[in-house]
Amino acid sequence: MFKCKTVWNKLARASSTLCLQNARKSVLRHGRRLEMMQKAQMSSGPTGGGGENTLYYVLVGATCLGGGIYTYRTVSGDKERYNERMIEIASRPKQRPQAAEAVARIVAKPKEEAIAKAPTLEPEESAVTEPSVEEPTVSEPVVEEPVTEPTVEALSSELVLESPEPDTAEVKQSEEPIAPVVESAEPTPVPMAEHVPEIPPDSDSAVTAEPASADVPLEPTAAHSDVPEHAPYLLIGGGTAAFAAARSIRARDPGARVLIVTEESDLPYMRPPLSKELWFSDDPKVTETLRFKQWNGKERSIYFQPASFYISPVDLAKVENGGVAVLTGRKVVHMDVRGNKIKLSDGAEISYDKCLIATGGVPRNLQVIDRAGEDVKNRTTLFRKIEDFRSLEKISREVKSITIIGGGFLGSELACAIGRRSANLDLEVIQLFPEKGNMGKVLPEYLSNWTTEKVKKEGVNVITDAVVKNVNYKNGKLEIKLKDGRQVTTDHIVAAVGLESSVELAKSAGLEVDSDFGGYRVNAELQARSNIWVAGDAACFYDIKLGRRRVEHHDHAVVSGRLAGENMTGANKPYWHQSMFWSDLGPDVGYEAIGIVDSSLPTVGVFAEATAKDTPKAATEQSGTGIRSESETEEVAEAVKSGAAAPPNQKEEDYGKGVIFYLRDKVVVGIVLWNVFNRMPIARKIIKDGEEHADLNEVAKLFNIHED
Amino acid sequence: MSYCKQEGKDRIIFVTKEDHEAPSNAELVEDDPNDPYEDHGLILPNGEINWNCPCLGGMASGPCGQQFKEAFSCYHYSKEEVKGSECVENFRSMQECMQKYPELYPQEDDNDSAPSGGADTTPTESTSTDSVPSPDSESAATENPAAS
Repeated sequence: MFKCKTVWNKLARASSTLCLQNARKSVLRHGRRLEMMQKAQMSSGPTGGGGENTLYYVLVGATCLGGGIYTYRTVSGDKERYNERMIEIASRPKQRPQAAEAVARIVAKPKEEAIAKAPTLEPEESAVTEPSVEEPTVSEPVVEEPVTEPTVEALSSELVLESPEPDTAEVKQSEEPIAPVVESAEPTPVPMAEHVPEIPPDSDSAVTAEPASADVPLEPTAAHSDVPEHAPYLLIGGGTAAFAAARSIRARDPGARVLIVTEESDLPYMRPPLSKELWFSDDPKVTETLRFKQWNGKERSIYFQPASFYISPVDLAKVENGGVAVLTGRKVVHMDVRGNKIKLSDGAEISYDKCLIATGGVPRNLQVIDRAGEDVKNRTTLFRKIEDFRSLEKISREVKSITIIGGGFLGSELACAIGRRSANLDLEVIQLFPEKGNMGKVLPEYLSNWTTEKVKKEGVNVITDAVVKNVNYKNGKLEIKLKDGRQVTTDHIVAAVGLESSVELAKSAGLEVDSDFGGYRVNAELQARSNIWVAGDAACFYDIKLGRRRVEHHDHAVVSGRLAGENMTGANKPYWHQSMFWSDLGPDVGYEAIGIVDSSLPTVGVFAEATAKDTPKAATEQSGTGIRSESETEEVAEAVKSGAAAPPNQKEEDYGKGVIFYLRDKVVVGIVLWNVFNRMPIARKIIKDGEEHADLNEVAKLFNIHED
Repeated sequence: MSYCKQEGKDRIIFVTKEDHEAPSNAELVEDDPNDPYEDHGLILPNGEINWNCPCLGGMASGPCGQQFKEAFSCYHYSKEEVKGSECVENFRSMQECMQKYPELYPQEDDNDSAPSGGADTTPTESTSTDSVPSPDSESAATENPAAS
């Protein structure tokens, strides 16, 4: 219908323009001739004379013929474009090559026969929908595959193989089950577009979910039996934010049943110790136990709760007072917002009442390393999870040289942690980054320089202003060439260059992704849409005080997870309690911060003269708070001593302890407490007030920096 | 004496102890005690218990959360002379439940100590105005991150 209309329009337009043009031309020609003959003649009418009549008829005929040819070409060109477009759309989603196959099937045959092909699909369809029980095919690797635009030729060759053998065995062995393919082969454009996003790699439940299908509904396989069908509270992602939300939900909704679905194989755990405390532990079995010593000497595990805290997913619906269940090793690949359900990579479906997306992110890699080849990539660690910690810990004991690329929180902390170890092992630790100093994007320049010196004292060879040009594997070593010509030779690389937030569900769920900060865009109450909230690293939210932002810190994950949990149970509260973050770079440098801490903002720093007492180690020992834990090794004691001996004479250079205010339009939007502890509530209050203070020294007085 | 210097857009002030001895004249905005957005401590402005308080750790949300809530509510609203004396039954069932999960609730009996393996990881800044018998010091202590 649509086509007809456009065709008709095109035809009409084409012929009318052509006619008009030709008419005009002929009129002009006639006009001129007529002028020569008679002036009054206005149109090329019948009185024009015999010869002119013939000419007229010839011209009109030519016009119509031209119009006809044009129309035919346009229509067939459109059809071809349409088919190509369909292929493109079909092949665009990563998990849908089979839909593309279907489209290609239509297109691969000569165009005129495309319609004729529809009947031939029928017999295949009936044969193919026979397998009522299909094992989940190799969907995981398929899902993980990078988007490869299946070319029409490649597919048609596949199809040629498949079409003559529509028996179940063939179907099972094929990459994707054909059943949904066949359904989507109905050549209607609009439903096609809708089907395409809704067909996951595995057909079973997908087929049952198909709205327009009249096929044999395929039964879900027995493999899905450990997955509950419904979860009142569904949390996608099993990290800090999800756990905080689970706790919050359980506290507020008695008897709540919460299901956490995580891709990782571990139960929820906290990340900061992976780059700090776990490295300081004396226990040789630390990689197995994952226990670390806190400030107060007490040991704890990085897991938020031991396994006995959680209930089994199958019991979730039955247990009397509800509980929290964790489904590990499953990836959510599709989200149906209208139907309130999600689909896992193995085809299982879970419906929900309220859903939280807390998928966090994956570490970014340098492009030069990505392109560098397997040898280099095998010797590069992207650090984020427990398994990364385990592997890096092992590597640190085996190689002679490790290079950390990146000068932010993670890079600097790892450099210091491994650097401290390097004294015992015969290990060289190098850290290189493009900025001028460690934490160059966070701390003002003078402080960043000071910090870099401290990091160097931890045994790290810091190379600043270093941009990596390429990396090669030669003679058993990695050669990193920098843009300014310098070269670094090393055994292993750790890339700590940022986090890419995981927003894969945005497409299927129809959620907005923020273009400035990345992550799912949510409102001040962390809500993306009705019944969907986002928290943690993946949430780009509106902070009422500080504006839209995305924060990648632990405490933010806790605060936002808790808030999301509250809002999922009806609280309707905006992001109000400002989260903080902290970092320790060795025993001498420790700071806590809150708000927007960006070195590009103008800052005002108020410092006191430091004494030997003002170090993280001393602070924690005295006040008994804070989380920094130091192992009682010789190196630490010596480092502290050398740190203490330095200050009194170097007044100019010594930023022992103080407060730094970050200003935006004269309002304090961020505060760093430099070697000053237990003052976070005051800092939080100042940010919350959002006032313009004339004299920041007066504000600094509130912190009592000279005291402990 | 304190002095000041400017490095580009960053200003640095060094102060001595004496300079900071005079009380600050910085003005802070008054806090509204009934602010609905603000995190409250253990007891909400309307007198109810804030089960989501970080100070409680995982007590109200764990497997024995229901029993804990009942016991503690009973105690909180108790108007007896010996506060909570009528709540013995509730506390006993809570203790029974906790004994089933020794990993989560290490045996320190009635005084709901937050499990060392499972402390809440929320900042303590926003915490209790009121103090729960023993947990808050422990849970505040074992809280990660910085309890400062």
